[in-house]
Amino acid sequence: MLRLYATVAAGGFRRHATYRVATAAGVFTNTVFGFVLSYTYIALWDERPQLGGYSIDDALAYVWIGQALITVCGMMGGGFEDELIERIRTGDIAVDLYRPADLQAWWFSAHAGRSAYQLLGRGVVPMAVGALAFHFTLPSGPGGWIAFLVAVALGSTVGFAIWYLVAMSAFWLLDGQGVVQVAWLGGLFFSGMLLPLNVFPGALGEVARMLPWASLLQVPADVYLGKYVGWELAGAYAFQGCWALVLFGAGRAAQAAATRKVVVQGG
Amino acid sequence: MRAVPFIELESLEKVFTVRVRGNAGLFRREKREVRAVDGISFAVERGEMVGYIGPNGAGKSTTIKMLTGILTPSGGRLRVAGIDPARERTRLAQRIGVVFGQRTTLWWDLPLKDSYRLMHRMYRIPDARFRENLDRCVELLELGELLDVPVRQLSLGQRMRGDIAAALLHDPEVLYLDEPTIGLDVVSKARVREFLRDLNTSRGTTVLLTTHDLTDIEQLCSRVMVIDHGRLMYDGELSGLHAVGESERLLMVDLERELPPITDVPGSRFVRSEGPRQWLAFPATTSAAPLVAAVAAKYPLLDLSVREPDIEAVIAKMYGGTREERRESLR
Amino acid sequence: MAEATRVGADSAAVHEVDSAGIQEMDPDAIHEMDSGAIHRKNERRPYGPLADSWRTYRLVAGMWIRSTMTYRASFALTLVTSFCVTFFDFVVILLMFGQVKGLGGFGFAEVALLYGTAGTSFGIADLTMGSLQRMGKRVRDGSLDTFLMRPAPLLAQVAADKFALRRFGRVAQGLLVLVWALLLLDVEWTPLKVLLLPVTVASGTVIFASVMVLGASTLFWMQDAAEVTNSFTYGGNTLLQYPPTIFAQELVRGVVYVVPLAFVSWLPALYVLGRPAPAGVPEWAAFVSPLVAAVCCGVAGLAWRAGIRSYRSTGS
Repeated sequence: MLRLYATVAAGGFRRHATYRVATAAGVFTNTVFGFVLSYTYIALWDERPQLGGYSIDDALAYVWIGQALITVCGMMGGGFEDELIERIRTGDIAVDLYRPADLQAWWFSAHAGRSAYQLLGRGVVPMAVGALAFHFTLPSGPGGWIAFLVAVALGSTVGFAIWYLVAMSAFWLLDGQGVVQVAWLGGLFFSGMLLPLNVFPGALGEVARMLPWASLLQVPADVYLGKYVGWELAGAYAFQGCWALVLFGAGRAAQAAATRKVVVQGG
Repeated sequence: MRAVPFIELESLEKVFTVRVRGNAGLFRREKREVRAVDGISFAVERGEMVGYIGPNGAGKSTTIKMLTGILTPSGGRLRVAGIDPARERTRLAQRIGVVFGQRTTLWWDLPLKDSYRLMHRMYRIPDARFRENLDRCVELLELGELLDVPVRQLSLGQRMRGDIAAALLHDPEVLYLDEPTIGLDVVSKARVREFLRDLNTSRGTTVLLTTHDLTDIEQLCSRVMVIDHGRLMYDGELSGLHAVGESERLLMVDLERELPPITDVPGSRFVRSEGPRQWLAFPATTSAAPLVAAVAAKYPLLDLSVREPDIEAVIAKMYGGTREERRESLR
Repeated sequence: MAEATRVGADSAAVHEVDSAGIQEMDPDAIHEMDSGAIHRKNERRPYGPLADSWRTYRLVAGMWIRSTMTYRASFALTLVTSFCVTFFDFVVILLMFGQVKGLGGFGFAEVALLYGTAGTSFGIADLTMGSLQRMGKRVRDGSLDTFLMRPAPLLAQVAADKFALRRFGRVAQGLLVLVWALLLLDVEWTPLKVLLLPVTVASGTVIFASVMVLGASTLFWMQDAAEVTNSFTYGGNTLLQYPPTIFAQELVRGVVYVVPLAFVSWLPALYVLGRPAPAGVPEWAAFVSPLVAAVCCGVAGLAWRAGIRSYRSTGS
C-alpha cells in the first residue's frame, strides 16, 4: 500500500515537472511580487525599525520566504482543489471512492509530490534572486535549514488538510466557489502573506497566530529566522502538528459522510 | 445555369510545423513538417449526404476546421457556398451548423431552452423563423419535456439531440457532424439517424459526417470519402469501398465442444479458435446465410453472431498493413 | 468602452469584406431565394464592429450570470467573500498606518487616494476582462474552436467567458477607499483636478484591460504562461497602491516608459496631490493617460490579431 502512495507522489512530482513554461512564469511572478513587497517593507521598517521584533533583514527574508512557499504550503490555493471539486461536481468522484486506495491518502500523496517539486522549481530561484538583490537574514548553519524544512513540510501538510476540507464541501454545496473564496481569504491574510502576523495589533494578532493558517508561513519563517530556541521549536512543530491532525480528522469525517451520501444516492 | 458545387476543394493542403525536443540538448528543438492535409480535392453538391472517414490523425478534423474557417489552409483552393472560409469566417458561420459528438455547446447549468435563446440572438434569427425551427426540432427530436431541464441532468443521448437542434436553429445550409452517435445507446442512435435522414431529404440540408461507426454511413450516406495520411484514398459508394477494401465480416460460432478448425466450408476462411469458439472470415459483399447453413449442417452449433467490419479494419485492409495487422484489427 | 475599442480591431477586417458587396456575386443567391432562406439577404449587419462586440459580450455574460444564479447561496457567499478578500487587502494598509505615520513621506489619505484610483481601475478591468487569463485552457482543450465557429467577435466571446459578477466586490472596495480618501484629503481642488479623477480611472481601466488582452494574446503561443500576466496586473495593482517614493528609481522608470502602468494612477494622482512627478518625468505627463491608454489599446489589438492569425495557421 505504501508503495502505491509513493508511486502516486512520484507521479505528482513528475506531472508538474513537465510544465516548464508554467514554472518559469510562476517564478517570474513570485519574483516581481517579491520586489514590490520588499520595497514596501523597507519603507515600513525605515519608519519603525524592529517592528514586530524583526530587523529589516528579517523582514526582507520573510518576504522572500513567503514568495517561495506560496505554492508549497498552499497560501493561495492548494493547486488540487479545483480538480477535486470538478470531479465531485461531475460525479466522477464515485469512481475514486470505489477504488481500493483511500481517497484522502491518494490526494495527499499527489500533493506531497507536487509540493516537493514546487519547493525546488518555484521556491529556490526567487529566494536566490531575493538574496542577491537584497541582503537578508540567512539561517545559522545547516541545522537551521533542516529545522526550516521540517516546518515547511508540516506547513505543507496543514495546507493540504485545509484545501482538502474545502473541496469536500462541494459534496453539499454544488458550486464550491464560495467556500474556496473564504479559504482563499484565510490563506492570504491570516497566513501572514501580506503582512507578518506579529505586526498585527493586539487581539487580532493573538487570534491570527492561533489559527491554522499561521502554520503555513509565519511558523516556518520564524523557524528560519531562529526565533524559536530549544523547546520552543518543539512547541512550534507541535502547533503545526496539532492543526494537521485536527484538519486531517475533519477531512476524513467529511469524506466518510460524503461517501455515505454518494452510496445512498447511487452516485 | 451551370451548377456550382456547394463545397469545393482543390488540392487543399495544411502543413504544420511541429517542434520536437531533439537529442541535441535540453533547449535545442528540431523542426519537423507534418502534412496533415496533403492535397485533397473533392466537390459536394447541395443536398448531398457524405461520410468522411479515416483513422485517427488522418486529417479529418483538420479538413473540417478549414471548411469552417477556423484554420487557414497552407495551399490550394476552398469554397463553401461561394465563400472563402478563412477570409470570411463570421459570415460563413451564419450558413453552417456544427455538432461535435464529444463536446457540447449547451450551457451546463441552464435549462435547454436558454441555450437556444442564446443561439436565437447570437445568430440574429428572425423571431418567426426561430420559433418555427425550434418547434420542428422539438417535435422531431422529442425535446418537448426537456426544454426546461438543466443540461447537466440530461442523458448523453438527450444532450446529443439537444446539440443537434442547437446547430440547426439558424437554418444552416450545411451541417458538419463529428461522431454524432458516439457513446449513444441503440435507440438514441436510431433516432438521431432518422432525424438526419429526414433533415437531408425534406430540407435539402447538405450533411458531412465523420464517424467511426460504419452503420452510420451505411444507413445515411450514399457517398463516402476515405482519407488517410492527409490524402483522399477513396471517393464513391459504400459498397464500392467494401469491394476495393476486400473487407471481410467475421462469423463467430460457439460449438458444443472443442473441435479442429473449420476449414471445409467454402467461401470462408478460418481465423482463430478459443476452446469451443471459432472465428471465420467471409467477404463483406456476400450474404452470411448460406455460410451459416453450411456450418450448421456439418457441426454441432450452439450459438453464432456476425460482426461487421469497422472502418479502421476496412482502411487497414485497403492500404497496406501486413496480414498480421489486418487480423489484429478484425478482432 | 474599454473592451469595445480593442474588439474592434478583431472584427474590422471581416466587416470591411461584409460591406464590399460580395453578396451580389454570390452564385447561390437564386437558390437561396428558392429555399426560402431570404432572411440571409438581410444579413448585412447594420451594427458596427464595436456594437457587435458589445452585444456579444452582453449576451454571453448574461448567460454566465444566469448560470451563477442557479446556485444562489453560493453566489451570495462568493460576492461577500470577494468583497472581504479585497477589503482585507486594504486592512494591510490600515495595519501599516497603525504602526507608522507615513510611508515614503506620504500620509494615510494620500496613500488611500493611490490605492482607490488604482484599485477601482483594476477592479473594473478585472470584472470585465479578467476571464481572459483562463483562455489558455480553452486553447489547450480545443473548445476555443467552438467560439470561432460562431458569427461573433472572438475577443468579446472569450472576455465574457465565465463572467463572474462576484468580481464586482473588488470594484466596490476600490470605490469605497477612493471616496474615503477624497473625504480625508486636504487638497486645493481646481476644476482641472476634479476633471482629472474620472478620466484617470477610465484610462487606468483601459490600460489594465489592454495588459490583460496582451497577456491573453501570448496564450495562443504559450498556454501555460498565464501567470506572467498576473505580475503586471495584480502585481502592478499592488505596486501602484504605494507611493513611488519608496521604490527603486529604475523600477519607477520601468513602469513609466516600458510597461506604462504609472499612467494608471501614479502620475495623475501625484498631480492632484500637488507633488512632483517621480524619476524626472515631466509634469504634463499627468494629463496624457488617455493617450497612453489609446496606444495600449492599439498594441493589444495588434497582438490579439497576431495571436488569432497564429492560432488559425497552427491550430495549436
